[in-house]
Amino acid sequence: MNLTLKIWRQKGPQSKGKMVEYKVTEISEHMSFLEMMDVLNEQLTNKDEEPVAFDHDCREGICGMCSMYINGEAHGPDRGVTTCQLHMRMFKDGDTITIEPFRAKAFPVIKDLVIDRSSFERIQQAGGFISVNTSGNTQDANAIPIDKHAADTAMDAATCIGCGACVASCKNSSAMLFVGAKVSQYALLPQGQVEATDRVKNMVAQMDLEGFGNCTNTGACEVECPKGISLENIARMNREFFAASIKG
Amino acid sequence: MSVLDSKVPKGPLKDKWTTYKDKINLVNPANKRNIDVIVVGTGLAGGSAAATLAELGYRVKAFCYQDSPRRAHSIAAQGGINAAKNYQGDGDSTYRLFYDTVKGGDYRSREANVYRLAEVSANIIDQCVAQGVPFARDYGGLLDNRSFGGVLVSRTFYAKGQTGQQLLLGAYSAMNRQIARGKIEMYNRHEMLDVVKVNGKARGIIARNLVTGEIERHSAHAVVIASGGYGNVYFLSTNAMGSNATAAWKIHKKGAFFANPCYTQIHPTCIPRSGDYQSKLTLMSESLRNDGRIWVPKNMEDVLAIREGKLKPTQLSEEQRDYYLERRYPAFGNLVPRDVASRAAKERCDAGYGVNATGEAVYLDFKSAIERYGLEQAKIQGIQDASKEKITALGEAVVEEKYGNLFQMYEKIVDENPYKTPMMIYPATHYTMGGVWVDYNLMTTVEGLYCIGEANFSDHGANRLGASALMQGLADGYFVLPYTIGDYLSHEIRTGKIPTDSPEFDTAEKEVTERINFFVNNKGTHSVDYFHKRLGKVMWDKCGMSRNADGLKEAIAEIKAIREEFYKEVKVPGSANEMNPELEKAGRVADFLELGELFAKDALMREESCGGHFREESVEIDGEQKGEAKRNDKDYAFVAAWEYKGEPSDAVLHKEQLEFKDIELKQRSYK
Repeated sequence: MNLTLKIWRQKGPQSKGKMVEYKVTEISEHMSFLEMMDVLNEQLTNKDEEPVAFDHDCREGICGMCSMYINGEAHGPDRGVTTCQLHMRMFKDGDTITIEPFRAKAFPVIKDLVIDRSSFERIQQAGGFISVNTSGNTQDANAIPIDKHAADTAMDAATCIGCGACVASCKNSSAMLFVGAKVSQYALLPQGQVEATDRVKNMVAQMDLEGFGNCTNTGACEVECPKGISLENIARMNREFFAASIKG
Repeated sequence: MSVLDSKVPKGPLKDKWTTYKDKINLVNPANKRNIDVIVVGTGLAGGSAAATLAELGYRVKAFCYQDSPRRAHSIAAQGGINAAKNYQGDGDSTYRLFYDTVKGGDYRSREANVYRLAEVSANIIDQCVAQGVPFARDYGGLLDNRSFGGVLVSRTFYAKGQTGQQLLLGAYSAMNRQIARGKIEMYNRHEMLDVVKVNGKARGIIARNLVTGEIERHSAHAVVIASGGYGNVYFLSTNAMGSNATAAWKIHKKGAFFANPCYTQIHPTCIPRSGDYQSKLTLMSESLRNDGRIWVPKNMEDVLAIREGKLKPTQLSEEQRDYYLERRYPAFGNLVPRDVASRAAKERCDAGYGVNATGEAVYLDFKSAIERYGLEQAKIQGIQDASKEKITALGEAVVEEKYGNLFQMYEKIVDENPYKTPMMIYPATHYTMGGVWVDYNLMTTVEGLYCIGEANFSDHGANRLGASALMQGLADGYFVLPYTIGDYLSHEIRTGKIPTDSPEFDTAEKEVTERINFFVNNKGTHSVDYFHKRLGKVMWDKCGMSRNADGLKEAIAEIKAIREEFYKEVKVPGSANEMNPELEKAGRVADFLELGELFAKDALMREESCGGHFREESVEIDGEQKGEAKRNDKDYAFVAAWEYKGEPSDAVLHKEQLEFKDIELKQRSYK
């Protein structure tokens, strides 16, 4: 198929960006979206133009590196996938496709479609861990049985890949699905209880400091999340935060 | 005597590590605060090492090329992690895990290292659970296990099909805790481009800031390389797009020997390639072989009808199917080790039985499993006379619970529903057992330079068993390196801060800058990918699942020719002082073009078949094992460690003889 692409080009963090139009031809429907981008970049390189910079790595939907806003949706029109898992069979011959970076105040653009997500790193550093040293002397893994449902729900929350689609999809640029998922994973497990109070307070404080907005329950994040992280995690985080605030 | 000293401690195998740890030199906590360690790579090995070293009190600088340590490619490991916990009471033990790993590796690994790996495996599970890794559990709340290829026990712990992700997020959380405490300085979007040696010791690295293009100097008392494998030398592999051998290759060029480059794992269950535009291959976890049965049609007319779309695989009766693994290897069936399963798939496809248009695909079928689980569930739920549809629905639910995310991945890529029609799979490059040579301390042949995880050669011999990569990465990083590096660093307490304005740093930085300037100024005619794809084709055709002397000699000549053309004709757009992904690729492919040649040279030298290295000249001629790989222990029971001398053709071979005191060398039989 033949396509028209409108892509956000921005030379550097301080430069002014703009949408630039490109044509690509003979795209196979079996290609992944990023393979289509490879074709474009090969074409640009051969014409001595600078290829479009975009983040990508594993190309199997798990590393969370890819981050394109395609036709007004984070990771494009398919559900439950990252950009790298999106296939060209979702598009038709002659389509015009608009490609932008994930946009949020806390995700500044570095170049073209590449953004800086270090705000997510700092939130995790504020409390996204259990304080246990590596010693070889921790208790046996089966010493504390954990309710299967709790373990499964914790696992569901823990599958977040930290891509930032939730933030990009939210009209408030809220990161509460991302933070809620991490808070929930630990809140659901006995190992996480000791530090629960400080964890939720510190992570939420850092989230606010980074300039992310608040949740107003529109649910766009849940729809666009490639890993199907549930809104329940936000509710759980709010409960944890409330409880932590009362404890002082 | 060989120049290689493995430094394996004396004494009985079972006591080596414990006795060694008891006698190792320690560093006083006050001194640790003044010692710097650089860790390059933040996957399971690098991430766990950085976190543990920081916990111990060292000042750690960690580097990764991704925008976060959490994105290292360990994240993509699906199936699980082995540990000799014997929670299932099925006869597992440290010795059995050790034995399975040595046997699975076709007796080409170092006994003492493997035993230590098996010994610390149980600690890994305890540590990860303490960190909050949500492993799968049963209804009693205890940890669940599954089986992997090449073993007869269930010792694999898992977190759905995302075990690597959960383990890496565990190590990442441990890192975050140390970053917050200021004990780890994290350098995201940085790539190491050379190691700096001062008086023979590794004292730092030159790194490029991938956002600004700035070249930076970082010094340390020891440098740890944890940069993963070199599978992308094949261009197409299950590795991430950015996975590269640059750190490992640069240290090789500075004196670290490179061992067994020809030992590469071609994983049997990957989604087949569909066209020339393909940028990477996707793995379908080995855990699927617990429940999936592998087959091709028995009759050629059915193969042709399927390829033409006139026949569906589901229409073939049991009698019309050739479950070739079950037929050839009745004892292990679909759970034979990866190298055996891959070669068997190739054998069927080479014979013309491949089931897709390219002729390179076999079926992985879940029909029997769905039926079996469905009947089981119907019984459990007390459903009398359940209809066929009901049984299928119940069975599908069980399969979804176990492998849901893998099935979804498959469906998104191939556009077929694997619950209803068998998956198509074909082998693909997945893991490299070869790597930087290290001694028992995980130190390379350069003092103060360590190499851990997939980047080193140590534990898997000529073939790695499933769920053992995660085990090795975390064993190295959490439980081995933090001890062994202390022994070296105990001699560094009086050294003081290493300056970065020395002539050694000047020279290293100059070399790096010149190389970068060369690429951006070359203005050739072809993109980096053009050369990478050509290299990949030579590697796959001539250094792939089966190899012969003529092919390997051709490969050596062809790779050299591609390399020469690359330096003349490569085109890198953009400049050096900005984010420039093409420039990053150029440097990595330049290194693959050297490594690939050494790979072929190593494969040519090893005139035996062992593990993932199959030489067509070395097969069993008759008897029960006819056609199977033939190892030659008399002449080749050694580690081939190559010393860099300029061109790959000049590399000098050093042999580390492998001694097996606790295991009898046998032909691997999975029949």
